Amino acid sequence: MGYFLFFLLAALCVGSVLGMIISKNQAYNALFLIVAFASLGGLFGLLEAPFIAVVQIIIYAGAIMVLFIFVIMMINIRTGIPPEKKKWTLYLSLGLAVVLIIELIVAIKAAFTLPVSTETLEAGPVSLGRLLFTKYLYPFEITSILIIAALVGAIVLVKKKEKV
Amino acid sequence: MIPANYFMILSVILFVLGAVAFFIKRDLITMFMSVEVMLNAANLAFIALTRSAHSLDGQVIVFFIITVAAAEAAVGLAIILLIFRQKKTIKTEDIKLMKG
Repeated sequence: MGYFLFFLLAALCVGSVLGMIISKNQAYNALFLIVAFASLGGLFGLLEAPFIAVVQIIIYAGAIMVLFIFVIMMINIRTGIPPEKKKWTLYLSLGLAVVLIIELIVAIKAAFTLPVSTETLEAGPVSLGRLLFTKYLYPFEITSILIIAALVGAIVLVKKKEKV
Repeated sequence: MIPANYFMILSVILFVLGAVAFFIKRDLITMFMSVEVMLNAANLAFIALTRSAHSLDGQVIVFFIITVAAAEAAVGLAIILLIFRQKKTIKTEDIKLMKG
């Protein structure tokens, strides 16, 4: 059952990212990406991280993609992006991708052998929150400052200049 | 229990697909989306290693990555909106301000 779910979700995720690469329409791209993120949330659930799975679906597939679709609506390009004129960039990037995937797989194989732990991990919100407010307290506070800075920055960037 | 290697391989595949999409695509919004795909591939690797290392630290790091990605999306989309307002396009070929 676990293997079936893993391969189903993995195929869904990879397939929707491939669909994003093939499709020309930005709104379809955003919808494909929502499918990919939701299936990644399922994979996180398979990895015994239920809290991260829920956060993934709420924040990524929810909030961030709503932001993307909102900007796509505001930009509103009627004609799609015309096909690529320079073919050599496509072939160059595909060649580089093959090199990169071989290199990463070799690195993963060579770097370490993963220990297999059979006992289940206590990964509920309680233990995660306790870790977040003790060991990672300073990164947590710095993240809040970062979010405020990003919020103010985004508003200042998009705001129209007032005529004086 | 599914071995963590499977998840690592899936993470590599997703990361490379994100990189390919970043190089192939010609509009800024889809390029930005492929950056998000790469971030998610890193998240998947973190969660897979968290389970096999049997510690929760990786999940906290993923939590931070998701938060930073949200902030990044807000600022990045604001910049894309600015570019569209000035240039009336989001195709990378038409944005050649720094080309000599």
